[in-house]
Amino acid sequence: MVSLFRRRSGRRDDAPVAVQGRKAVIEIQGVTKTYTMGDIEVHALRGVDLTIYEGEFVSIMGPSGSGKSTLMNILGALDQPTSGAYRLDGVDVSRLSEADLAKVRNKKIGFVFQNFNLLKRTTAQRQVELPLIYAGAGGRSRKAMAALESVGLGQRLNHLPSELSGGQQQRVAIARALVNEPAMILADEPTGNLDSRSGAEVLQIFQTLNRERGITVVFVTHDSWIARHTQRVIMLRDGQIVADAPIAEPLIAGHNERPSMEDEMEAVLKTVYYGGNEEEYN
Amino acid sequence: MNLFESLRIAIDSLLINRLRAALTTLGIIIGVGAVIGLVSLGRGVEDYIASEFQSLGSNVLFVFSSPPTSSTRAGVQPMTTKEGEALRSRAVAPSIRTLAMETLVGGIVAAGSNAIQLSVSGVTPNFIAVRSWTIRDGAWISEEDNDRAARVIVLGTTVVERLFGDKAINPVGRTVTVNERVFTVIGVLEEQGGGIGFIGDQNEVAFMPILTAQTRMGSARTRDGGYRVDVLHIQALDEQSMDSATQEVETFLSDAHGVQFQGEQDFTIINQADLLSSLGAITGILTVFLSLLAGISLLVGGIGIMNIMLVSVTERTREIGLRKAVGARGGDILLQFLIESVILSLLGGALGVALGWLIITIGALLVPDLRLSITTDAVVLATFVSSFIGVFFGLYPASRAARMRPIDALRFE
Ligand SMILES: Nc1ncnc2c1ncn2[C@@H]1O[C@H](COP(=O)(O)OP(=O)(O)OP(=O)(O)O)[C@@H](O)[C@H]1O
Ligand SMILES: [Mg+2]
Repeated sequence: MVSLFRRRSGRRDDAPVAVQGRKAVIEIQGVTKTYTMGDIEVHALRGVDLTIYEGEFVSIMGPSGSGKSTLMNILGALDQPTSGAYRLDGVDVSRLSEADLAKVRNKKIGFVFQNFNLLKRTTAQRQVELPLIYAGAGGRSRKAMAALESVGLGQRLNHLPSELSGGQQQRVAIARALVNEPAMILADEPTGNLDSRSGAEVLQIFQTLNRERGITVVFVTHDSWIARHTQRVIMLRDGQIVADAPIAEPLIAGHNERPSMEDEMEAVLKTVYYGGNEEEYN
Repeated sequence: MNLFESLRIAIDSLLINRLRAALTTLGIIIGVGAVIGLVSLGRGVEDYIASEFQSLGSNVLFVFSSPPTSSTRAGVQPMTTKEGEALRSRAVAPSIRTLAMETLVGGIVAAGSNAIQLSVSGVTPNFIAVRSWTIRDGAWISEEDNDRAARVIVLGTTVVERLFGDKAINPVGRTVTVNERVFTVIGVLEEQGGGIGFIGDQNEVAFMPILTAQTRMGSARTRDGGYRVDVLHIQALDEQSMDSATQEVETFLSDAHGVQFQGEQDFTIINQADLLSSLGAITGILTVFLSLLAGISLLVGGIGIMNIMLVSVTERTREIGLRKAVGARGGDILLQFLIESVILSLLGGALGVALGWLIITIGALLVPDLRLSITTDAVVLATFVSSFIGVFFGLYPASRAARMRPIDALRFE
């Protein structure tokens, strides 16, 4: 489906609507996701509307089981919604063929997982080359090297996952996500398995990618301190968006000391009303 | 993505999972190697036995005394020289070309301090023609030797070796004793093939004139005034006359021995075809047994391959999920797995053929008389079966995983 990748140039009726001069990368409407396990139906998403614009830096928060991962997987074209519409760069994803979906995952989206999902016993260089191979792209080793350098792993090209720290492994995964220069990077709890220092490094990389290269970044976090580094926080609860607000003054990674837990909670509460009982959120 | 890149991914993946690749290949190697080795062994033994019996001489019948199967008659009336001579007559048995008689003399054959237990045969001079044997040293028993009941003896090479220390020695002119009676060695038979000898070592033989055996070795005359004969060696005119020759012998001997009812016969006639077919049954069992062993090896190898493939399904399903998440299409995944299985199968098949060859070579060294060779059908069958198992159990889970949504594959447990 070549048209998918040409459409950006010419405007059509169904092209993304520019708001404040910005183009919508993600538009979802009435998205639901129901898992059926035997007789039990789990409504993981109960009608989610969301628009994310080009160049945004968004965090998604919410209690465990609120549907964050479910939403991210749908946004990343790793899963299909039960109902509702998803337009990515103006293209209706639900109508794409299997091959075109693969192309979308390859070229438009860089997905970062909580548990890294690196191939075992494969060097960092080869991990990062993987999306390039499936893209049939040339200059692979140069591009992979550049991507690894941009996440500060220029010296670790031939390291295996087992020879890297968790933070370094996640940075390899980020390099893999951005090597095909995707329109957006989606990350489901990318710092969830990392200590706070490695988490801060990852956060810094996302911030830099967003600020300097204009890449749209959407990630899930449980950590409100980390969420405060983004421009916009979306709060999910029971499969619905209960709050969606900009952060007035996003923090800059590495520039601020992490405050105490109470201060932190207060700062979040001032910024965002997430609905429900605040003690449920942790 | 082109084929070269798929190939590279597949090879990378095999190198990353060296142990799994090696174990899978091992399964194929064992299966293919065992099938080739065992099938070849079975065929070799079959051929060997067939050729051993072919060496007895063509269109030959053997007749020997045997107890009647019917209860209406007990006891065996031995065959005699008179009966043998009568059967030589064209009028009695027109289908017989040559008839040789053999009388067995059990005893000890000795030369100097060496003595061996041996069944010495007294034979008519035409015996050598019926058996199509040849003489290495000296001469075969002549008509004159027989008429004189001469104390002469012809030895097989094994007997020469056992008595004189080396089978290459020419003992013609030396003397040996048979049951303490002195004999002069007049000839040595050419060595016969078939060292392990399913029908006994054909070189562990000694022959004296039949009349010598009958008159000088302490046996009495028979009722008809002839002498006892233990075996008749009969050469029919040709292969087509085997049946009529059998019939003629049967009729004549039944008459001579007063056989009235079926089952009262005190002799047995067998021909080479009978021998071959009864041995064919034995070697058939052997072949079935070896094929069974080969089949079990193939099964064990196949189960090994299957196990390894299935054990790695979870891990590989996640790998497939990841590959799809970064942009692989279902087809890319299938191609990768297909190439992986084909590489393993080809590698395993080739090494399996090498293993089969090794088994055959060792077998041929241990038993030089077996002519062992790799048969194409064994190679094709074994390689096909193990490759099929490898490809099926490699591809089937992969194709399922390739159809999954990436997130389901990534979460697969
Ligand atoms: N594959 C699945 N099969 C059945 N139910 C599922 C599946 N995945 C998620 N769910 C259910 O859907 C709901 C939302 O799950 P989801 O993983 O999206 O939550 P989450 O917000 O990511 O939670 P967490 O913060 O713990 O990661 C949960 O109730 C979960 O049990
Ligand atoms: Mg989650």
